[in-house]
Amino acid sequence: MKTFRNVLFGLPAALLLLAFAAVAAPAQAPLPRDSVYQLPAVLTDQHGKAWDWRSKRGTPQVVAMFYTSCRYVCPLIVDSGKAVEHALGPEERAKLGILLISMDPARDDPRALMQVASKRNLDAAHWSLASPPADSVRSVAGVLGVRYRQLADGEFNHTSALVLLDREGRIVARTEQVGTRLDPEFVAQVRQVLRAP
Amino acid sequence: MRHIAALLLALPAAAALAAGGAAWVKLPGGAFRSALKYEDASELQIAPFELQKRPVTNAEFLAFVQANPQWRRDRVASVLAEPRYLSQWAGPTTLGDAAQPQQPVVQVSWFAASAYCEAQGARLPTWSEWEYAAAADETRRDARSDPAWRERILAWYSRPSNKALPRAGLQAPNAWGVQDMHGLVWEWTDDFSSLLVSGDNRMQGDADRLKFCGAGALSMDDRENYAVLMRVAMLSSLEARDTTANLGFRCARDVK
Repeated sequence: MKTFRNVLFGLPAALLLLAFAAVAAPAQAPLPRDSVYQLPAVLTDQHGKAWDWRSKRGTPQVVAMFYTSCRYVCPLIVDSGKAVEHALGPEERAKLGILLISMDPARDDPRALMQVASKRNLDAAHWSLASPPADSVRSVAGVLGVRYRQLADGEFNHTSALVLLDREGRIVARTEQVGTRLDPEFVAQVRQVLRAP
Repeated sequence: MRHIAALLLALPAAAALAAGGAAWVKLPGGAFRSALKYEDASELQIAPFELQKRPVTNAEFLAFVQANPQWRRDRVASVLAEPRYLSQWAGPTTLGDAAQPQQPVVQVSWFAASAYCEAQGARLPTWSEWEYAAAADETRRDARSDPAWRERILAWYSRPSNKALPRAGLQAPNAWGVQDMHGLVWEWTDDFSSLLVSGDNRMQGDADRLKFCGAGALSMDDRENYAVLMRVAMLSSLEARDTTANLGFRCARDVK
């Protein structure tokens, strides 16, 4: 986990260069090999719509995994997403997507996802709450570096992380500091990704 | 006559290859006491399942890569397999001298191992299934309380790992009829990333950094069982794209 993070912090410079190169490329250029969207995944969101997560390509995303019935850490994950938004100006905010992916698709149907979205007042223009099919959860968690185990009572043990994806779905930064107090370095990385042409 | 004997000897190997890998062994499952302490259950119920008799070999994995070129080491997405993926092979579709056909395939990521099993209409075993199948020795279905058996397994872990791997399927089958559960390679499990072992000092004095949601990390119920402890420590340290020089896999499937 630690070495993984060190590698990631070394990446932004290289990614910037790649991002400049991408401007010259046509819109449907092949996905970079280090894009998480290389993993095929169809998610069903709070509106009951199913879409390939590749449709998020082109818009930087802050991604986290959660589940709606979680009472302790998961509300903090929503707080984290909100804190990222609050740290940004309106123009920056408009260019960022926040994607919360459920690790509990059996219970997190569109209705359950919508309840959280409504209760927490999450702007549907920027926030997607979505569930992968049950047999894809561990793969999606795998590319995002999230570990989890479902307990007998239906709760989950899981690691909590916010993962920043650039336009191409490459992981640019991650933080395990969740809640209203954000890792300032993570916010700086979000800004940088949004500024990249 | 000698020709016929040679032919008969060659047949099972050819049949196994044609069927897409090792023979399947059926395990009855049932109540099983893990060496791990789960906070939510003291005894596990394991459903009947089938497990491949031995780990997947280089030859078998090569056939998979040839049929599914997106898993060639020169084409694979780097989020799904790190740069060392299949690096022991001479080329993207060539085994070469350093990777014998009957040796277990290693340097495979969890994504690649899962894709291989899926292509066989199977899946990776769960950790519990693996632990249950690995609890047996040649005569007993659960030999874990025998100090001599533990010693034997530990002797393997203490051997240097830089020597060439033996071929798969050479060991005597255990009481279930499964081979090479110990003493050959480490093996991926489907739910490797559910093994949440607290990384000692990462958890200390840092209450704001909530590493785990829920009740917390796993611990050991049977502290004498170092073989399981080491497997768990190893699996819990891996990312799904990681590969290592002595980590392979075998497939499992539900009993229909």
